[in-house]
Amino acid sequence: MAAVTETLDTVQSVTQSGYKWGFETTIEMDFAPKGLNEDIIRLISARKEEPEWMLEWRLKAYAAWLKMDEPHWARVDHPPIDYQDLHYYAAPKKKAGPKSLDEVDPELLKMYEKLGIPLKERALLAGVDPDSVENTQVAVDAVFDSVSVATTFQATLRKAGVIFCPISEAVREYPDLVKQYLGTVVPVADNFFAALNSAVFTDGSFCYIPKGVRCPMELSTYFRINARNTGQFERTLIIAEAGSHVSYLEGCTAPQRDENQLHAAVVELVAMDDAQIKYSTVQNWYPGDANGTGGIYNFVTKRGACRGARSKISWTQVETGSAITWKYPSCVLLGEDSVGEFYSVAVTNNHQQADTGTKMIHIGKGSRSTIISKGISAGKSNNTYRGLVKMLPSASNARNFTQCDSLLIGDQCGAHTVPYIESRNPTAKVEHEATTSKIADDQLFYCRQRGLSEEDAVGLIVNGFCKDVLKELPMEFAVEAQKLLAVSLEGSVG
Amino acid sequence: MLDIRGLAASINDKPILKGIDLTVPEGEVHAIMGPNGSGKSTLGYVLSGREDYEVTAGTVTFNDVDLLGMAPEDRAAAGVFLAFQAPIELPGVNNANFLRTALNAIRRAHGESELDAVQFLKLARAETKRLAMPDDMLKRNVNVGFSGGEKKRNEVLQMAILRPKLAILDETDSGLDIDALKIVADGVNALRGPKFSALVITHHQRLLDHLVPNRVHVLAGGRIVRTGGPELAKELEKSGYAGLIAEAA
Amino acid sequence: MTTGAIAFLERYQSLIGRLPGDSALRAAAAAAFRTAGLPGGTQQRRIEAWKYTSLRPVAETAFKPDAAPRHEAETILTGLPLLDAPRLVFVDGAFRPDLSVMPTAGFARFAEQPDFGTLSWPDREPMVALNTMLAEDGAALHVPAGYDAGVVQLISIAASDADFHPRHVIRLGKGSQLTLVEVSAGQGTYLLNTVAEFHIADGAHLTHIRLQDEAASAFHISTTYADVEAGATYDSFTLNLGAQLSRTEVHAQLTGAGAIAHLNAAQLLAGSQHADFTSVVGHTAPGCTSRQTVKNVLAGRSRGVFQGRIEVARDAQKTDGYQMNQALLLSPYAEVDSKPELEIFADDVKCSHGATVGELDAEQMFYLRSRGIPDAEARSILVRAFLAEALDAVADDTIRFRLEAAVERWWERQKA
Repeated sequence: MAAVTETLDTVQSVTQSGYKWGFETTIEMDFAPKGLNEDIIRLISARKEEPEWMLEWRLKAYAAWLKMDEPHWARVDHPPIDYQDLHYYAAPKKKAGPKSLDEVDPELLKMYEKLGIPLKERALLAGVDPDSVENTQVAVDAVFDSVSVATTFQATLRKAGVIFCPISEAVREYPDLVKQYLGTVVPVADNFFAALNSAVFTDGSFCYIPKGVRCPMELSTYFRINARNTGQFERTLIIAEAGSHVSYLEGCTAPQRDENQLHAAVVELVAMDDAQIKYSTVQNWYPGDANGTGGIYNFVTKRGACRGARSKISWTQVETGSAITWKYPSCVLLGEDSVGEFYSVAVTNNHQQADTGTKMIHIGKGSRSTIISKGISAGKSNNTYRGLVKMLPSASNARNFTQCDSLLIGDQCGAHTVPYIESRNPTAKVEHEATTSKIADDQLFYCRQRGLSEEDAVGLIVNGFCKDVLKELPMEFAVEAQKLLAVSLEGSVG
Repeated sequence: MLDIRGLAASINDKPILKGIDLTVPEGEVHAIMGPNGSGKSTLGYVLSGREDYEVTAGTVTFNDVDLLGMAPEDRAAAGVFLAFQAPIELPGVNNANFLRTALNAIRRAHGESELDAVQFLKLARAETKRLAMPDDMLKRNVNVGFSGGEKKRNEVLQMAILRPKLAILDETDSGLDIDALKIVADGVNALRGPKFSALVITHHQRLLDHLVPNRVHVLAGGRIVRTGGPELAKELEKSGYAGLIAEAA
Repeated sequence: MTTGAIAFLERYQSLIGRLPGDSALRAAAAAAFRTAGLPGGTQQRRIEAWKYTSLRPVAETAFKPDAAPRHEAETILTGLPLLDAPRLVFVDGAFRPDLSVMPTAGFARFAEQPDFGTLSWPDREPMVALNTMLAEDGAALHVPAGYDAGVVQLISIAASDADFHPRHVIRLGKGSQLTLVEVSAGQGTYLLNTVAEFHIADGAHLTHIRLQDEAASAFHISTTYADVEAGATYDSFTLNLGAQLSRTEVHAQLTGAGAIAHLNAAQLLAGSQHADFTSVVGHTAPGCTSRQTVKNVLAGRSRGVFQGRIEVARDAQKTDGYQMNQALLLSPYAEVDSKPELEIFADDVKCSHGATVGELDAEQMFYLRSRGIPDAEARSILVRAFLAEALDAVADDTIRFRLEAAVERWWERQKA
């Protein structure tokens, strides 16, 4: 806990005010020319030294994307995105692929330090013997713009049979696994942004947990958008074989920019019989300034398939960043008695717009899902929960419970709840509750009477409001997430 | 020393306090008694800075600083503590975390070092033990699911930990059985000393048997209509307020 | 454009100049309808407001507006659970003074004094556009300020396989009262596409009870707009039992401080019936209250839809909004779709909604059966109990008994 606080302090001392992660690293970049066409895709594929089948897969996705329209059903509003005005490939220039940490650019390591990657992880990154900190290990696959630059703990993981590597490497090293699963949860033409990602994804993480293995450490990825006018298109694929367990942490920050940057990731999870995947995200990408200038456009497709009996996929997200968030981490509950969970905190302030939620598709008998969503709107922002719970005729005795709570801070923001409930099985049970409220004046006064400043009081009450979600986060993230909530709401009261 | 001069206050343009003069010297405990609607709770809220009350006249100084110009948290840092008549629930906010945040905010304001979680828990556990409260009181969410008595005791616990210079107890005795009443009284008595003063708002003589005040004031219709020693409370217990109010009118 | 939509437009063309009222308004509505078509009538465009209901069966039905009635209107009327109160009877869309009993409130026929009102949105609602384009008759009622107009029944009877587009405008003056009981029934394959609007002035109270018991092959589309002003109340209850496809759409705007709206409904469906209850409650003034309980009981291969949105505008502080949607699935082939929605732009509000979907409670069933009650009877007891909660919202005993009787008849029909 102290380590996290310390790193946060470090970060805060680096920048004076406002967005605390808004710095830019000066590393030489290797850009592809702006624009998107088959040649760019061929170039990406070639840079990645991909096999022919991967290129064909991308081109198929590109052909599908060309026929699709940008979706407009979400409650978000933005100027048209010029997809030809972006770089689709940007990578730090390097001599050769970094094989060990010594070869990692010190500038990069310094950046992770600024990012507030917990101290112990940095220590590990810096070469501390992993065995001496066995119980607190976090393997980090750090994605710097498009290229995964350092993957730690490969050896420890490999001993357990776990594969954790950049997906570009997986395409080369484990083509059969990738071929077998890639695009099976999120098909290439699933939606506009998923198709775009499928065509141009440059990197991301690949993770394979073999049968019966409990992953010996939390897997973690830090995403960061750094270069100017580059879209970021990560692709993550996690496969948990029968009886395996894995917890995956994803954290995101991006430097301050005036232009809006596009981010369209795809995450696919596959859980077989009795497997469990816990996927946690703390997203604090640059939200734009107080006037709504700049910020990340975050259009993400995250979906997990509970294919096996009693399998479980749990999504936990704390979303405080991005100018626009369009994100619905979902579960397709195919397996009998499979379990899907979605725990979400979404905070919007200033001019941020978030349209986020989940889909729980119940197919398997006895499948269960829980949705807990906490939306906090402040400033002039709009925060929408959009969720689908679908019980198919086969989903006998399936259950869903949904709780959506919205908190409004100030009278210039909006909080919206749009649940869709569709049931075609009489034995399936769906329960949905939603509330909207504000922080009561007497709660604020009570805290202030005890000596807390108004902002601290709001932070405390908001954290209390979010507790049911925050307690689902791994310890590494929970403290950071709490601080983030307070930081995100700075200036929203008084 | 708390010094109130000509204090008048209203809520939603309705005058409640109509000119209060009251001095509580350092080290003294004063009781405020009076019928319902006389303005007792309002006085507590105005002294602690609740924003929906508008002060229309008068001054309040506490240890020579103007209290009325300060934000509620600054008054708390200056040592003013209000034990709420109906303590507020804070869902999801852990009692220990709440108290530590408050204590550290006040310590910061005094230029003192903050307590870490371990130091704080040690202190808090000692206080809960002293006040005969179960340890799990600290783990629970602030006042959520507390019984009426537990809420009142939680207020006393907060007071014990925050160690105010001026405690305002707003009917902290109401709804308590005799054992709980003793705990409340003992909690205040434990803090009594040359640097501590208290305003005890109550309906009943009962509390004052255990928490003997230096002075007793009777508030009626927004004014103090009579002041006396501890015997005044006993007299009121017998004769009620009616005669007093008629006398004042 | 589908054949159905084209037929409506052609009819409009042939009637231009002969239809009562503002022809420019009709032309604009026709243009809007030409653009929109019948919702779901073609695959090309999906409208979110019609996500779960497609009017393709309407588009594919050839209505015969000029055919002679095939059924006896009087017989149908006699079979209705009428109250001993004034009634305005419309047969095949046309007002029938001979069957009506005049109310004490001011009444005018649309055919004679066309009044399109001011609240509807033909440009946003395709079916309102269709109504505006083709409306020929309807009722205008005016309740003067401070007057209690008692109960007025508004009855629609369909006796031929045609399409009808009644247009009603009801105005309640300040502090006045009215209980409007709307009953619709008929025989054959017809389309009833009603647009009604209610202006409820300060402190007025409108109780609106609806019993929809259309023919099994009929289409029933009804769009209601209510403007509820300061301290006024719109208290509505809708019971949907009939029609192969129905859509009940209500837009209630709470435009004055302290206004109240109750939008309660129950839908009992069997066979391949499809019923859609869609509502939008707009809180635009401070201190308003809205309450809504909608229950679906779904048997056979039926499909029940609930879409309900509570909108709270920036200035509507101290709003109190509550919405509950419950569905009981009685068959493995039934389907329910529910979309309760909150759209909130004010911070000092208390808004919540809940939705539950499932079958009868297994423990309750077991309890009843363990007391010797046979399965079928136990089910019917529990379903009735489920519905009773919704019907309890109807305060007037006489009217509630009529609705309960209609529910009983529905059960009898299911047994037959």
